[in-house]
Amino acid sequence: MTDLNKQMVEQYRNSFLKEVEANVEEGEWVKMCMQCGVCSGSCPLGPYWDHPPQELFMMIRAGKREEVLASSSMWMCTSCYNCIARCPRELPITHIMHGLAHYAKRLGLAPKNQPTMKFSQKFWDNLMVTGRVNELKLGLSLYFMNGLVEGIKTSLKMKNIGLGMLLTKRMNPMEMLGGHSVKDKSGFKAMIKKAQELEAARIAKFKTP
Amino acid sequence: MADEIKIGAYVCKGCGLGERLNTGQLETTATRDGKAKFAKSHDFLCSADGVAMIQKDIDSGETNHVVIAACSRRAKAEAFAFKNVTISRANLREGVIWVRPDTAEAKETTQDMADDYVRMACAESKFQKQPAPSGEQTLCKEILVVGGGISGMTAALEAAKAGYPATIIEKSGQLGGVMAQLHRRVPTKAPYAQPEDTSVESLIAEISANKKVTVMLNAKVAKTDGAPGRFSVDIAVESGSVQNKMFGAIVQASGMKSFDANILTEFSYGKTPNVITQLELEALAKAANGGPIKRKDGKEVKSVVFVQCAGQRSTKPGHLSYCSGFCCTASIKQAMYFKDANPNVDTVVMYTDLRTPGAGGEDFYRSGQNKGVIFTKGVVNSVAPNGNDLTVNFKDLILDEEISMPADLVVLATGQLPNSGPDPYAVPMEADKNDAEAVAASKAAHEVAVSVESILNLNYRQGTDLPHLKHGFTDSHFICFPYETRRTGIYSAGPVRRPMDSWQATIDATGAAMKAILEAENAGKGMAAHPRSGDLSFPAFRKEGCTQCKRCTVECPFGAINEDERGYPQFNESRCRRCGTCMGACPVRVISFENYSVDTVGSQIKGVDMPDEFSEKPRILVLACENDAYPALDMAAQNKLEYSAFARVVPVRCLGSVNTIWLTDALNSGYDGVVLMGCQKGDDYQCHFVKGSEIAGVRMSKIGDTLKTLNLEEARVATYEVAITDVDRVPKLINDMAETVAKVGMSPFKF
Repeated sequence: MTDLNKQMVEQYRNSFLKEVEANVEEGEWVKMCMQCGVCSGSCPLGPYWDHPPQELFMMIRAGKREEVLASSSMWMCTSCYNCIARCPRELPITHIMHGLAHYAKRLGLAPKNQPTMKFSQKFWDNLMVTGRVNELKLGLSLYFMNGLVEGIKTSLKMKNIGLGMLLTKRMNPMEMLGGHSVKDKSGFKAMIKKAQELEAARIAKFKTP
Repeated sequence: MADEIKIGAYVCKGCGLGERLNTGQLETTATRDGKAKFAKSHDFLCSADGVAMIQKDIDSGETNHVVIAACSRRAKAEAFAFKNVTISRANLREGVIWVRPDTAEAKETTQDMADDYVRMACAESKFQKQPAPSGEQTLCKEILVVGGGISGMTAALEAAKAGYPATIIEKSGQLGGVMAQLHRRVPTKAPYAQPEDTSVESLIAEISANKKVTVMLNAKVAKTDGAPGRFSVDIAVESGSVQNKMFGAIVQASGMKSFDANILTEFSYGKTPNVITQLELEALAKAANGGPIKRKDGKEVKSVVFVQCAGQRSTKPGHLSYCSGFCCTASIKQAMYFKDANPNVDTVVMYTDLRTPGAGGEDFYRSGQNKGVIFTKGVVNSVAPNGNDLTVNFKDLILDEEISMPADLVVLATGQLPNSGPDPYAVPMEADKNDAEAVAASKAAHEVAVSVESILNLNYRQGTDLPHLKHGFTDSHFICFPYETRRTGIYSAGPVRRPMDSWQATIDATGAAMKAILEAENAGKGMAAHPRSGDLSFPAFRKEGCTQCKRCTVECPFGAINEDERGYPQFNESRCRRCGTCMGACPVRVISFENYSVDTVGSQIKGVDMPDEFSEKPRILVLACENDAYPALDMAAQNKLEYSAFARVVPVRCLGSVNTIWLTDALNSGYDGVVLMGCQKGDDYQCHFVKGSEIAGVRMSKIGDTLKTLNLEEARVATYEVAITDVDRVPKLINDMAETVAKVGMSPFKF
């Protein structure tokens, strides 16, 4: 159990809903769900979710903390926004799903080796270096995500596409060496720092009941 | 006015009638076959000029029985509303040219059809009299309101505000009823977010300030005699004194009774004081008065579970099968009592279907969610005492699992029962007593026990109280006129009519007060109430022919007819809705209305020209209810849907008014088929006279014997239930009969 998780369990002992409201982005909307199921019916990936959004909301209200946070369901969201567009109660369901996923990750409860989570982490780390996504590095890091052997196999399979992109100047091999960055790199860092401060402040605000 | 019948027939040539029909021939038919004194045609009869022509003839005394051969009787009624004459309409437009193709080969049968309708209208005209008030009527503006709850108080105040003095009779010692036991009510105004004051105190203050409202507490209705406009009511006060007062109309707002939760043993009701009903929680909330709500043992409630549909919407014995409609919003309101006093109290509403009726219902639900009330879709299996607290075992229907949760307090959302008097038809009346089926059916229909004590003590032939529909709720025509009960001039309002919340009861009471005022005025003029509003005709009978068989007094759907000491019917005109069910019932055919009688319809049936057996022109008699079937036929005509040229449609007030003699006569005189079209019957009836079509159904089920004695095929008579929307279906029903006739052959009874 991470320290943060331990602390949260203490703080919100019997009310997972309150914990979600305080810590999850747009979590204060969860109580407004009326269980119509339109979101679950609208989700193009619905069949692949262990618990569709409506069910997740019910589980949050029922206090099923571990089950919700350890679930892979909210990681399945592809941000198609069908659910948001259709929710009769106007819940920002997509945002809540990402908020839940993020919170689960922060607490260290997200399922290990969840591919979306791994990709998200790689994306984030990649972005933070220069303020731009280095596509070559990101692509290669994905190939080798599950080990050297699979990485080489995938690289060989993609060889011709890679060469074609080189020929048509769609890919610059020099990007492997650091790569180009945003114009104002320090400004970018400051911006991210500020955003993280705001987030921390928001959580701090909810902490005092 | 002279007694001599002077029929004046007017044939219209407008709307294509002139082009499609030989109007000269129609005029000849009217004078030769219809025995009209004269016949005239006009290019545009409903124009000011055409109407003036008729009015001139009426004024000069040329005619006193007007026959108008033009469009349906349902069209241009205002233009042809002539005073001091009888009016009969031959439906040539909707009944003939619009339902027949404009072809050379159809021309002859179309003209036959028109000629017959002119003959029929003239024949009807001959037997019509002008209806006039009986002289029996009295105008009494006093309104009696039985019950002093929120419905009764509202009804009395609304009547008083409109200038009609009201008297409230309340059996308890104070006004307010159930509403007075509540802490707050579900909001009635935008933004529908917060429980609001019950308004009982302000209503009581308004009533005591209003000079037109008289309140009689600890009082009951000992006896109700008379009819609308002259209800003579004995009011018994607890002290023993009885006083008599006259009233024009009555509103019964006797309210609701709470469901007895003692049978809900699975929820431990009665076993622990911590399982209570919604009404009992109101008392706790009142005691707390905005502070933290405490249980009976003094412990402050920290967690509460509301169990919706407790003993409702269930098929278990003793439970209510219906939804009471008020409990979901009441639970939201009560959860707010807790949340408003302390947001940290856990409030869970356990529901299967959350129903929040009314304009603000959804907003109120949302407001509850905003305050942190948890709504769980689940079925509670049991509530078990756990020391001083409780364990609620339930099945979560979303998560599909059996689970339990602790609670300090459990509130059961039990339903409402109507506080109605005994159903007059719970025990079948004399005429049906030998019918074992009727007894069984009647027993099944009255499974839910209601109070046996009478509320109105009516001195009516058909029982002491308002008839019920289901579950003890008073019967009313749900679709068309929900306030009308089956006792004219007596209106039920509030939860005695159907389950409802206080806001709906307020609206209901306002409507009932308005209807009571209307009926008091109608009774003063001798006019009918819904659905024949304004009708002055009323049934009368020929005493020397009456056999005192009591069929009319038993079958009247409105209990209008009493019996005198010698067993003759007493019609009580202002109780009558003018459906004619008594006329249809009478085996010796002595009952008639001035403008609607066995003769007015019988003469139309006989007035039709009957071609011989070999003419290949059969005749089909269609008796169509004027409320639904006839308008449906008119609309079919407007849509130019064709039907057989051999059909002759006669509108009837209600299928209940159809006397079997008409069928016997029709079959005897050579009709090849008879189609009867009435409204839907049964518990979800659409019959405008409640029981008319049902009674007709019973009578027609016995028509087989008549057909057998005549040696005719049973298929020649068909009875259908028709709704006003069955526009496409009605022509088909007629055509079906035409096909049947083609199959079984022409009737051998043509002369």
